[in-house]
Amino acid sequence: MSIQTTFHAGLLDAAQPVPEGLTDGEGRPAGRRYSVYRNNVAVSLREALTTGFPVTRKLIGEQNFDHVAGLYLRAHPPSDPRLMLYGAGFPNFLASLSALSHIGYLADVARLELAIRHSYHAADGNPIDGNALAHLGPDQLMALRLSLAPSARVLRSPWPVLSIWQFTQDASVGKPKAGSQDVLITRPAFDPQPQLLPTGGATFISALATMPLGEAAEAALRSAPDFDPSATLGLLLAGRALEMPSC
Amino acid sequence: MNTFTKTAFIAGAFVTAIAANTVPAAAQAQEKCFGVALAGENGCAAGPGTTCAGTSTVDYQGNAWTLVEAGTCTDIELPAMADGTARMGSLEALERDIPA
Repeated sequence: MSIQTTFHAGLLDAAQPVPEGLTDGEGRPAGRRYSVYRNNVAVSLREALTTGFPVTRKLIGEQNFDHVAGLYLRAHPPSDPRLMLYGAGFPNFLASLSALSHIGYLADVARLELAIRHSYHAADGNPIDGNALAHLGPDQLMALRLSLAPSARVLRSPWPVLSIWQFTQDASVGKPKAGSQDVLITRPAFDPQPQLLPTGGATFISALATMPLGEAAEAALRSAPDFDPSATLGLLLAGRALEMPSC
Repeated sequence: MNTFTKTAFIAGAFVTAIAANTVPAAAQAQEKCFGVALAGENGCAAGPGTTCAGTSTVDYQGNAWTLVEAGTCTDIELPAMADGTARMGSLEALERDIPA
């Protein structure tokens, strides 16, 4: 094994020996420094998960979270040098742990936290507002193709995921009631805003990827007869979540 | 609704939403300003990697663990299977996180 491979192999596995041949600036053995480094790698990744998933951490408690984070960071070390994106696989990892399976909504809450973070770091894009569409007639509107801004995210959950997220940060909003929730995350200015999508809204938004506005609304009405096109388009425009297609 | 009424309903709804989201040009001017993202109770939305801190924390690696009852999940009582709740059937695949 090369020096690099040996050095790397031991970083996330305390059972591996300290690589040989490490020396300090004066040529003395420096094995203890490796242990310090190994510790800092694990702690820094765990702190990255702590920072990235604060609500998940509150839900299961610090001790449980630290355990789970330790398991995750060893199984899934970063695949990208940008620490701000670390943890993309954490929600699925949570879902795979039998010890947490009784908290069915946990992975979706983590998915919401991840979507908010990714929305924060997404490109600005060129979102439109109502002014850009105000001159269009009904027929033109119905045939218009729009795409989602890079910062827009949709999360569909069979759980009241947004209510749980809010309750965990502010108990005065009241306990979540059972039921599915679809969440739209937009970034109208600088900070991402998660909002509840009305019935059919998520279907409308995913249909926009392949259909013009009118057909997308019809698809949403087929899946949810009480779909409100005005409310959903209003949320998207106010959240700066729509763009003219680039092509 | 017949096709004509439905189309008129949808188009009318769109016009309403658009009218509610037109803003005077002056109000549109927004400057990108770095470093002012508000950190709420949830911590900074920017997430990890946006600060640099040394550490003196010790990591205790452990593969075996038991769940201790802790955290706010103990305050939330939801039926184990919330999947049965009303969701209008959608024939297309559900995208959990639709990237732009």
